[in-house]
Amino acid sequence: MDKEIVISVKDLTKKFGNFIAVDHITIQVSRGEIFGFLGANGAGKTTAMRILCGLSFPTSGTGTVAGYDIIRQAEEIKRHIGYMSQKFSLYEELTVWENLNLFATIYGMSAKDIKKKAGAVFEALGMENMRNVLVKEIPLGWKQKLAFTVATLHSPDIVFLDEPTGGVDPFTRRKFWEMIYRASSEGMTVFVTTHYLDEAEYCNRVSIMVDGHIKALDSPTGLKQRYHAETMDEVFRIVARGAKRWD
Amino acid sequence: MKNAVEIQGLTKLYGKLLALDHVSFSVSEGSLFGLIGPDGAGKTTLYQILTTLLNPDDGTATVAGLDVVKDYRKLRTEIGYMPEKFSLYPDLTVDENLHFFASLFGVDVKENFDLIAPIFGQLNKFPNRRAGALSGGMKQKLALSCALIHRPKVLLLDEPTTGVDAVSRSEFWDMLAALKANGITILVSTSYMDEAERCERIALINRGRILDVNSPGILIAGMDKNLYNATAKDMYPLLETLRTFPDVKDCYTFGATLHVVTNDGFNSDDAIGRLRHEGLADARIWPAKGTIEDLFIKLADKDG
Amino acid sequence: MSVFQSLIKKEILHLMRDFRTVTVVLVIPVVLLLLFGFAISTGVNNVRVVAVVEQHTDETKQIIERFRTNSYFTFVGVVTRNDMETLLRKGRVDAAVTFRTEKGKLKHQIIVDASNTNMAQTATAYLESVISSGNSIPVVINTLYNPQLRSAYNFVPGIMGMIFIIICAMMTSVSIVSEKESGTMNLLLVSPVRPYIIILGKLVPYFMLSCIILTLMLMLSYTVLGIPFSFSVINVIWVTILYVILALALGLLISTIASTQVSALLVSGVMFMIPVVLLSGMIFPVENMPLVLQWFTCIIPARWYISAMRILMIQQLPVGYVLTEVSVLSGMTLVVLILAIKKFNAKK
Repeated sequence: MDKEIVISVKDLTKKFGNFIAVDHITIQVSRGEIFGFLGANGAGKTTAMRILCGLSFPTSGTGTVAGYDIIRQAEEIKRHIGYMSQKFSLYEELTVWENLNLFATIYGMSAKDIKKKAGAVFEALGMENMRNVLVKEIPLGWKQKLAFTVATLHSPDIVFLDEPTGGVDPFTRRKFWEMIYRASSEGMTVFVTTHYLDEAEYCNRVSIMVDGHIKALDSPTGLKQRYHAETMDEVFRIVARGAKRWD
Repeated sequence: MKNAVEIQGLTKLYGKLLALDHVSFSVSEGSLFGLIGPDGAGKTTLYQILTTLLNPDDGTATVAGLDVVKDYRKLRTEIGYMPEKFSLYPDLTVDENLHFFASLFGVDVKENFDLIAPIFGQLNKFPNRRAGALSGGMKQKLALSCALIHRPKVLLLDEPTTGVDAVSRSEFWDMLAALKANGITILVSTSYMDEAERCERIALINRGRILDVNSPGILIAGMDKNLYNATAKDMYPLLETLRTFPDVKDCYTFGATLHVVTNDGFNSDDAIGRLRHEGLADARIWPAKGTIEDLFIKLADKDG
Repeated sequence: MSVFQSLIKKEILHLMRDFRTVTVVLVIPVVLLLLFGFAISTGVNNVRVVAVVEQHTDETKQIIERFRTNSYFTFVGVVTRNDMETLLRKGRVDAAVTFRTEKGKLKHQIIVDASNTNMAQTATAYLESVISSGNSIPVVINTLYNPQLRSAYNFVPGIMGMIFIIICAMMTSVSIVSEKESGTMNLLLVSPVRPYIIILGKLVPYFMLSCIILTLMLMLSYTVLGIPFSFSVINVIWVTILYVILALALGLLISTIASTQVSALLVSGVMFMIPVVLLSGMIFPVENMPLVLQWFTCIIPARWYISAMRILMIQQLPVGYVLTEVSVLSGMTLVVLILAIKKFNAKK
């Protein structure tokens, strides 16, 4: 691919005592790519993602995220990425607007920029009349859209999505992937973990992590061909077979 | 065949919110029945009524021939319930959890161990591990074992596979098939549409209303008509463009492709031509196979 | 094993696995008792005194002898006026008495370090009485029940009133609510086990824990703190048990209202702990409060319990004197228990 590389890590390893959570992983992700990061519970996904987000340092290995060194420039990385997870996304007791404002301020946007951007965002989401509603009162699907919007409001180079669609029905999930497609077509790189293997099909490329290693990395079509499988679900089962750890 | 679960006009209100709106369906004895619907569709409320935790505002329900309101004491001995979260005591060990739940029902673990042995399998290796230290898949197995230890007639599972990885999920469905072979009736809810196909019959539920009840095969028969796949390198412009076409009724993301629901007069070659005209040179369109998800989108859309 | 036994066993396992909490719960009463009993004291002990004597007479010798033998004072010695000032300034002594003879009559002056006003006042009064007791008619103050005015006596009932609310109300409500949060409570309710068995299974272990703590506290009170032992201890025990049951019922009631562990903790903390400390008469006497607050204290169980404990434990009067307290506590227990069980059983 001749596209600009935005995530490039080599031999990333993270040990907790004797336990090797992440074992020499090497990944390159280019601008605008939707990259699926799959693995069983406990394969090391979360640890690896934390390193990429600058929240944790690797034991060994090197790499850059958004052009910044993962060891020396972790703070810079945080400024150029967006992060959304199913577990922590929004403050339930604040209104839609208060959430948006809070996170935009955290990412260092000026009050003027926020106002300007928020108007456009609410219109695009069709949420103008929900500005002053408490987040806990809006449906889950809206919450997720809002969480994604909040995570990408500062136009980051890369957005990390940690199981963004957990527990959500297909209807809402579809709408959510539409937003991801849109972000990607605007040049944002999307790095996403998910339990739903049908969702892996949405990605441009997919990696499957087993016991701390990346055991497979290719486009969904490529993977299906290589493992003679019809669905990503089958691919995952073939690849993850023989995994030693599940948590 | 007798019905293990019989639900008639079940209605439940939370304040102004209609959680269940005249829900009716039945589950025949010894079958594996799926309740498919999104979050907030009313699945958990329905389970709470069937397990006698809640009383309905209207309608009736029987489980194993016993009324959920009048015979609730007797009913509780006949059902096995696994709530949405795997409800175990994290500070108790695997063995302690199992023995505790057995004692609640006044049964001995040994008596019924044959039933759970295939599920318990690997857990046997670490009886003294705290339940909180188990992986998601293992917790799920322990919770299922605890729900089965008194050999219930009807097993009520509320989203048992949520938050569990694909391999564990698939194993779990194999276990359910084995339990069904043992004559246990299973009512299982899920928001994973792909799991619907592993049930004999399913009910689609949305916003407290049952949209349809039948076997998955019958439900999706005929869904293929006027359903197409579409791809291009740039998916988002493709989606936007297709939605503007007058002969396209609906278009939504569907894994690697977009699914396009069309009018009868739709011609795929003609549509490809129009897409090229719009600058999507690599666009492809070909017929798609209908799934439960397509059906659900169609029904839920009609439902409002 | 019966269902009830296995519920109890499960609860005991929870307690044992949460070893830190249990240790804290067992250690806190002991520490509080010892703290209030010894370290924190509103009485005055060991006042360090020096004397400055211009001219020794039989009278001054007698007075100094009385200082030496009095257990409230530590007599440092006879010093010069200059030394006295230095000692006071450096905080080495708390008070000084100077004697001089004027026209054949002994005059004295008392100098006290008043940086602690409370201590200064008490010490002055003590000194006066010790000095004057020799030649004038002494005022006989006879303090009943607590002849040494020991503050420990005052605090023991208060600490007991507080500890049992913490253990019973707080721990019970948190443990029930945590089962609601994790969903295991639903599994218990769905099982054939009767709700009252589930409730008892939750309450009995904490009742047992309270009994252990009660034993511990009584042993400490009667030995280390030296509260006189008598058969009134039987009354102390059964009134405390009544209070423990009331606190357990409160815990149960809180658990039916609160939906998260944090709110259970807050409700039991704010609604019970703080009023117990402030309004039960443990620190501020109820009689000195504004009338409205005095009425308000009537609904605080600990107020009645502490008052009963003072009568039974310190005054060691027979049960007849605490009939009001006991009947109020019994009435409260009944009402709270009925309310709690009704709410617990209520199906939505």
